[in-house]
Amino acid sequence: MDEQTVFLPRAEADRLLEALRGAGFGRILGPVAREGTLLFQPLRRWDDLPAGVRDVQQPGRYRLQEQDTPRCFAWANGPQALKPLTFRPREPIWRAQRSADGQLSFQSTQEDPEPTALIGLRACDLAALDLQERHFMHGRFPDPWFRRRREALFLVGMSCAHPAQTCFCASTGDGPAISRGHDLGMAELDEGYLLWAGTQAGKTLLERLDLDAATAAQRRTVEKETHQAAMGQRRTLPGRHLKQGLYERLQAGHWKDVGERCLSCGNCTAVCPTCFCHMEMDEPALGGDSSEHLRQWSSCFNAEHSFMGHFVVRSDTRLRYRQWLTHKLGSWHEQYGRSGCVGCGRCITWCPVGIDITAEAHALLKEAPDA
Amino acid sequence: MREPTDLPWAARITSRVQETRDIFSVKLELVDPKIRDAYRSYPGQYNMLYLFGVGEVPISIVSDPEDNGPLEHTIRAVGRVTHGLERLRVGDTLGLRGPYGRGWPLQAAQGRNVVVISGGLGCAPVVSMIRYMLRRRDDHGQITILQGVKHSNDLIWRRQYQEWEQIRDVQVLLAADQGGPQWPFSVGNVTVLLEKANIPPEDTVAVLCGPEPMMKAAIPRLLERGVDPFHIWLSIERNMQCGIGHCGHCQVGPHFICQDGPVFRYPDIADWIDREGF
Repeated sequence: MDEQTVFLPRAEADRLLEALRGAGFGRILGPVAREGTLLFQPLRRWDDLPAGVRDVQQPGRYRLQEQDTPRCFAWANGPQALKPLTFRPREPIWRAQRSADGQLSFQSTQEDPEPTALIGLRACDLAALDLQERHFMHGRFPDPWFRRRREALFLVGMSCAHPAQTCFCASTGDGPAISRGHDLGMAELDEGYLLWAGTQAGKTLLERLDLDAATAAQRRTVEKETHQAAMGQRRTLPGRHLKQGLYERLQAGHWKDVGERCLSCGNCTAVCPTCFCHMEMDEPALGGDSSEHLRQWSSCFNAEHSFMGHFVVRSDTRLRYRQWLTHKLGSWHEQYGRSGCVGCGRCITWCPVGIDITAEAHALLKEAPDA
Repeated sequence: MREPTDLPWAARITSRVQETRDIFSVKLELVDPKIRDAYRSYPGQYNMLYLFGVGEVPISIVSDPEDNGPLEHTIRAVGRVTHGLERLRVGDTLGLRGPYGRGWPLQAAQGRNVVVISGGLGCAPVVSMIRYMLRRRDDHGQITILQGVKHSNDLIWRRQYQEWEQIRDVQVLLAADQGGPQWPFSVGNVTVLLEKANIPPEDTVAVLCGPEPMMKAAIPRLLERGVDPFHIWLSIERNMQCGIGHCGHCQVGPHFICQDGPVFRYPDIADWIDREGF
């Protein structure tokens, strides 16, 4: 947000959708209240957004409630945002064909992703996308499926003024304000929206909209609300060096404690916007002449994840939870230069037994280091 | 477009040997001559082999990269894919992509004595390095080759070991935990062999490949013999499904075994493999 920030009155908000369509984004997705939660769905008009809806999140609990506000973004997040759009839960990556004489040939099964604009992404979602890009796009083997979908996206971030009780993005440094990773940044006021560009594409779009500058008072209101959103967060990760702290406590007794509560269901890894593990498998056609090679999200909480033919490296839940946490908060630093946690709190909300990553991290660091 | 190395190529089996009841070797020729000519691997790397309609497995490359001949793989039938691969015959086609991973420390081994310690089918990934060194016999000092198997019936490539033994300054020591009738070699695990092995403490590089308990038992004995821990290298095995550091299964601490390894310098991986669950 700066002097270039412009104001879009609420009554004219559909102009943003029109401008996006005009810029070639035939598909516009945004949060829609559905199935008791907020899902990214196609938006036809601004009214499709969840006006007057708030989310109540607690460990192991998610509910939508109505509230008296004209705002469409007076909530924190839903179970998913960007991840399934760039890294599909299940997708074919290549196809093998077998001819009558037994010869094999292989074809890539890439689709042409439709240019897609996403409205209402949170700062935590954008930070998570950056981490997924580091994993899938910036290594030695850039992933063409991820890259093509990513490149087809136009990202409209929405600063968060309504964190849930489970949120801790202020503690990880990833939110609640939209400050990086966006093409267009937005913040919501009762009377409308402030918009600012993050990329040239965003700037071009703003020029197309030709809006008046936001007033200093409007900018101050947004700054105040975002500041309050940060200050209102009660959960934090321990402020010390977590990688070292966890590596020094691999034998801590608390791993057993959390291992006994954890159901090893993998909900946390499914809703985590940075978890990237997936399995590969074949699905042969009934005719026997072709087979699709698929990848599908998997989880370090499954026995399959560390299966070695003759043994399982992580045979119990204690070891699997330790793998997840030491990776997420520890070895991500070595692999991708930062923690793998963006503070979205989804793993806390969607855990059926309400295990809280922040509480577990604090409890672990309270223990004495391994001898 | 997709990187050519992560889409399989068709490869034809040109020869097949049943080594033991459950171990077999295949030689594979990439069907497309252009890809065949461009393919280059390095000792210690592996390929992902694909069985049509079933899936892929990572298998180390046995053949010497400089042979430019067919790619040789030695496989134990243990899972769904390897049991299926076992049933393929000469002329059958499978998929192959690779090579992947960081192989053996050929540079570090130059001009030094080399101890090769393998257990079970761990003998396969080290063969290409041994062949590579023996082709350049003058580039290395003493070469000591130790191979241990569970049962004497599990020993493969007996003739090859006997041939290597004839070469100047090459010591070959074989052992079986359980010896059968007429087993002329040692009985016991690989640590028995270490007592008999000629290991000069100075300027010695040790490479290990096999079950982790075997490697963990051998390393302290190498250290006792004066081998520098920085000159100990081991090949680590984990569940690998993509080979390119994406699927996440093979992580050991911060390491992706499929790309950062499978060969590691001992001090880089020591902390992790000593702990249950990594």
